[in-house]
Amino acid sequence: MNALTVHSMWTTAAEPLNKIPAPKIEYVQLAPVLIVVGAAVLGILAEAFVPRRGRYVTQVFLTLLALAASFAAVVALAAGGYGTTKAHIAAMGAIAVDGPALFLQGTIILASVVAVLTFAERRLDPADHGHKVDSFAAEAAAVPGGDHEKAAVKAGFTTTEVFPLALFAIAGMLVFPAANDLLTLFIALEVFSLPLYLLCAVARRKRLMSQEAALKYFLLGAFSSAFLLFGIALLYGYAGSVSYATIAGVVDGSVGSVDPALAQTMGNDALLLIGFALVLMGLLFKVGAVPFHMWTPDVYQGAPTPVTGFMAAATKVAAFGALLRLLYVVLPGLTWDWRPVMWGVAIVTMLGGAIVAITQTDIKRLLAYSSIAHAGFLLAGVIAATPSGISSVLFYLGAYSFVTIGAFAVVTLVRDAGGEATHLSKWAGLGRRSPLVAAVFAVFLLAFAGIPLTSGFSGKFAVFKAAAEGGAGALVVVGVIASAIAAFFYIRVIVLMFFSEPKADGPTVAVPSVLTTLTITAGVVVTLVLGLAPQYFLDLAGQASVFVR
Amino acid sequence: MDNLIALLIAAPLLGAAVLLCGGRRLDKTGHWLGTLLAAVSFATAVALFADMLGKGADDRAMHQRLFSWIPVEGFQADIAFQLDQLSMTFVLLITGVGTLIHVYSIGYMEHDERRRRFFGYLNLFVAAMLLLVLADNYLLLYFGWEGVGLASYLLIGFWQHKPSAATAAKKAFLVNRVGDIGLSIAIMLMFTTFGTFAFGPVLASAENATEGKLTAIGLMLLLAACGKSAQVPLQSWLGDAMEGPTPVSALIHAATMVTAGVYLIVRSADIFNAAPDAQLVVTIVGAVTLLFGAIVGCAKDDIKKALAGSTMSQIGYMILAAGLGPVGYVFAIMHLVTHGFFKAGLFLGAGSVMHGMNDEVDMRKYGGLRKYMPVTFITFGLGYLAIIGFPGLSGFFSKDKIIEAAFAKGGTEGWILGAVTLLGAAVTAYYMTRVMLMTFFGEKRWQPDADGRPPHPHESPKSMLVPMILLAVGSVGGGAVFEFSGFTEWLEPVTGFDHGHAPISAAAVTAATVAVMVIGVGLAYLQYGRKPVPVVAPRGSLLTRAARRDLLQDDLNHAVFVTGGTHLTRSLVYVDHTLVDGVVNGTAASVGGLSGRLRKLQNGYVRSYAVSMLGGTAVLIAATLLMRAV
Repeated sequence: MNALTVHSMWTTAAEPLNKIPAPKIEYVQLAPVLIVVGAAVLGILAEAFVPRRGRYVTQVFLTLLALAASFAAVVALAAGGYGTTKAHIAAMGAIAVDGPALFLQGTIILASVVAVLTFAERRLDPADHGHKVDSFAAEAAAVPGGDHEKAAVKAGFTTTEVFPLALFAIAGMLVFPAANDLLTLFIALEVFSLPLYLLCAVARRKRLMSQEAALKYFLLGAFSSAFLLFGIALLYGYAGSVSYATIAGVVDGSVGSVDPALAQTMGNDALLLIGFALVLMGLLFKVGAVPFHMWTPDVYQGAPTPVTGFMAAATKVAAFGALLRLLYVVLPGLTWDWRPVMWGVAIVTMLGGAIVAITQTDIKRLLAYSSIAHAGFLLAGVIAATPSGISSVLFYLGAYSFVTIGAFAVVTLVRDAGGEATHLSKWAGLGRRSPLVAAVFAVFLLAFAGIPLTSGFSGKFAVFKAAAEGGAGALVVVGVIASAIAAFFYIRVIVLMFFSEPKADGPTVAVPSVLTTLTITAGVVVTLVLGLAPQYFLDLAGQASVFVR
Repeated sequence: MDNLIALLIAAPLLGAAVLLCGGRRLDKTGHWLGTLLAAVSFATAVALFADMLGKGADDRAMHQRLFSWIPVEGFQADIAFQLDQLSMTFVLLITGVGTLIHVYSIGYMEHDERRRRFFGYLNLFVAAMLLLVLADNYLLLYFGWEGVGLASYLLIGFWQHKPSAATAAKKAFLVNRVGDIGLSIAIMLMFTTFGTFAFGPVLASAENATEGKLTAIGLMLLLAACGKSAQVPLQSWLGDAMEGPTPVSALIHAATMVTAGVYLIVRSADIFNAAPDAQLVVTIVGAVTLLFGAIVGCAKDDIKKALAGSTMSQIGYMILAAGLGPVGYVFAIMHLVTHGFFKAGLFLGAGSVMHGMNDEVDMRKYGGLRKYMPVTFITFGLGYLAIIGFPGLSGFFSKDKIIEAAFAKGGTEGWILGAVTLLGAAVTAYYMTRVMLMTFFGEKRWQPDADGRPPHPHESPKSMLVPMILLAVGSVGGGAVFEFSGFTEWLEPVTGFDHGHAPISAAAVTAATVAVMVIGVGLAYLQYGRKPVPVVAPRGSLLTRAARRDLLQDDLNHAVFVTGGTHLTRSLVYVDHTLVDGVVNGTAASVGGLSGRLRKLQNGYVRSYAVSMLGGTAVLIAATLLMRAV
């Protein structure tokens, strides 16, 4: 083969390659995600190269800096009009930059900031062998109770990897509600789920329980991912595309044949409906809706409490964002198909969460069931299928995430010899011993219960109002009944804290550092501000409630 | 001049604020400040009165609007005052008698360490009472109405260390609440009927409303009047209210506050004129109360309670007169003012007697005091002559007019009401003579007090005697002044006046009135003047025993309201326990049971969780497909 032949092979081969267009990426508009991913990569490098002593400070600083920069980017984009007039679909149709996306990304970042502060808390437990300890295992890979673990504790190891892991999870969550095609949706889901599985496994205390929780979460998460992926495949078979816009176009008939190879399956409604149900199931698993909720109590209880708070808040925001976009952008033509189904899911979720919570004896499991009931209330807003439904869900998510992180942060404070004292009987009389902590927790519980002057009331009122206006009055009735049932167990905890005699061997309340104090303060402030003067934030959510198509 | 109206209220209100907030440093001077501010208010009233006399009869009303109180779309309430001839009469009475009683209290309360507070409450009362009569709308009147109720409560219970005083204050407050509900309902009815509650528009358009509505408003106003003025059936609190210091009994529970009900009815004349049924009920309430109070007054041995029964009875006269319509309004107010003089004088005299007798109130332990307390005896005696209607004294003119007006009502009603008022006059003469004889005449029946100290009756200090003398002058001359100075013409522009058609001549009525008075006095003399008065009360007839128990008013209230209320509460509690709690607890138990069962689904095994998810997905798909199929 002479040189000419070789040359012609190169050149002829090069001809068609030139026809592949280079993807156009709007880096500036994706900056919130890119900053977080970049910081996560830097964090991994820091784990490799920064000496062990300096890692904690480096990671905390890097994480908070990245989140701050990312939030600044979100604000800049919103101020630049990307939330309203300049909203469009970036990255070759993969990611939407619009009002709901920016609002939810902002919420996720702020919730992550306060959650990361609890990750970094090192004052709650007494120093071990002279080393400050946080909520995470000295060395996650060591066998619990083994010699290796003891050595790691003695050496003062800490799992500072939790910070880059959290950043990866946050990056996935930022993409999830903005994903504008099914593949991006799936990848974002995996990007935020995998770090969460790991984070669940690294508790310092009760390690076996933590590892069991992580394994359950992983198995069930993988199970649901399989359903989601199968659903994506079926939808591709139906529409010949994974793009939201194309699928929506095929559903309403405005887009004809896309791919001749799929001519046989195109427009087959069975594929559409089954594929839709499977994708929906994948998202309902993430929001913790009945009957896909069963992982929630076990995982919430087993995971390190700061991780539980982070998961409960940020994951829910991301997953509801994705659910909203799926239902409002991809399937508006199917409203009459999905609404009755979602009605059923919302009802069993509200009632199921509230009823089972009544007999819980562990505060973390109680909060887990509470989060299930709240998922039901949020679904009621989703079902409204109106712009006010979208804005009410956005507002509710913002309000709820701060209450949740604050509540779990308070849980980390109440401790006895075995770590956190999560059994409810130990909380008896807490109000006598630590009036301030008990009062703060009472504020969070009242917000969960939706008592006026707290953010919980404003949010629940907005959601129910939207649902009633959207023609789901019966759902609102069920929601109010579920709220009444739920109020019972929230108030019961308050009664337990303030009107019971403290036990002699009760838990002590640890005095936190400024980090957890900041988290709890932020939770209380947001709860009261959104309860007393919600209008500005309702307006903000209202402006951000238009999806780009 | 119009802008001086606010000063009337502001002066005593300032006094109340300073005295109640000022603390102990005002203990030595507080009573002077309180008295001075009451006198400022009186001086202002006199100046306004002089100004008013200089104007024509039809444009004497003055107005002052301070600010908008509750400005709401379609609901406007102003802090605004109206001073017309009716209000002026009251203002002079309240500030005049009020100032005298402030002066009297300086001496009477001298040894009380809480005197400053007492004067603060008195000033508060004067301010609230003036607000009541100066308001130009019913809502502001209601404010004053509640204000005098509060002051009355505080002053009845002023000696709160005595359980009986605390209980009496509570009783007065509770009974007054019943009447207050009537007033609030009346105001609401006015608002729904007329769209406003200012006197001007409401009274001007009263004729346009249906008679049913006007009757309802009138009856509710009457209920309010019954509460405040201690008329049957809300009379039970007045006797117990005598637990308060005597100056309070004189000012609030004789001269001013208890007459607020009469003011309310006369002020609402246009409403009552157009609602004859309501008027009839007003006269019946007045007639029943005037006999009720008189009978109770006959049986009481406690001097203040005897006078309280008399107050009730005299206000019954006024209410009756007010119920007669334009025939009686003027005389109701006239009797109100003369009664304000002589009853206040009588109470101050009683206080003077108690002051000299170690605070003894039982008349059976008095006797022969005229020699020891000559000034008290003379002033009390003049008040006594005034109240029984001795010719020429003030009570004679005003009561005689009411009796005439009652006859002038016409028909059977007129005869019945006339007879009742005449009978009342006889009983009044009887019980007042009894008080007079038991206190100042006969032999000494003095007993040592609880600490074993025998009484040393003596005349009271000058600060107490001067007000008594001034009030006695009013008791003697007030009636004649009104009679011959044209009081009827003075009030007529506000209340209207009508001579009516008397079936018998005025002279005959006067003669009958004097005759029954003589009979009453004679009977009392036979019983208490000719025979010695036993120190221990005899058992007495059934009526006497009932009258001593206030004609069983408390027994009736207890049987009907307390026992009935207790039974109602018990049955409601029973229903609550069995039915309501049963449903609630049953629901809670079933939800809890459901929770316990559902909880078992959460068994911790990943395999069963996965099955649940699979089942859920299957249902989801099936439901989605089914929806399409349907």
